[in-house]
Amino acid sequence: MIEIRFFAALRERVGSDSLTVTPPDGVDTVAALVAWLADDKASVAGALEATPRYMVAVNEVLSQEQAAVRDGDVVALFPPVTGG
Amino acid sequence: MKVHVAVTDTSLVPAQPYGWLRDAGLSGAMVQFSGQVRDEQGRVEALHLEHYPGMTEAVLRTIVDQAGQKWHLNGAWVVHRVGTMMVADDIVQVAVSAPHRQDAFAACAFIMDLLKTRAPFWKKELIGGRWVWVEARQSDDEAAAAWLQAASAREPS
Repeated sequence: MIEIRFFAALRERVGSDSLTVTPPDGVDTVAALVAWLADDKASVAGALEATPRYMVAVNEVLSQEQAAVRDGDVVALFPPVTGG
Repeated sequence: MKVHVAVTDTSLVPAQPYGWLRDAGLSGAMVQFSGQVRDEQGRVEALHLEHYPGMTEAVLRTIVDQAGQKWHLNGAWVVHRVGTMMVADDIVQVAVSAPHRQDAFAACAFIMDLLKTRAPFWKKELIGGRWVWVEARQSDDEAAAAWLQAASAREPS
């Protein structure tokens, strides 16, 4: 199982702050996970379409789309940060 | 180096970093930055900030550690406010103490520039009774990238 977390505008667009998913074998990168999620869930597809630029964290560490994901990971998707 | 990193939903006290960093002669310099809520010509009525608890604190600590490796610092204080705040409220405090001013100025700017592009905070503004998410600025990305390019340029080839 992988926990997906959404923040800020992306969370509002998905309509949920987290999802727990079990992707099929072969979905082993952030990019593959996001593509599979968008295919599987219309709410995620619509939210990503409305958020052309987003950032990724795997287990609370900023990561790139090609980063590996495995069972038990927490993958967070969010718009570019705007603190400070 | 002593370090204080926190996220809070209560008002920031401007004199607190200064008091916490003050030491008995170890440091010759202290630089403190604070960021406030702008009214954007009267359009903004309030600001709301959310963050990613846990990750935020870890990212801030990492940034402070990087600053401590690049410059000679004696102390660093980073406190960021979340929740709903009013125009002119303090949003963030970054303060550093160092033996010399050049290190203190540079480290304070570095911490702030990396915070802006790495720490998982998101702002929305209340404008005309509607909450609107603030878009990230490219100039912030460029400011952070400039520090990182300067760092890699100094590495031996």
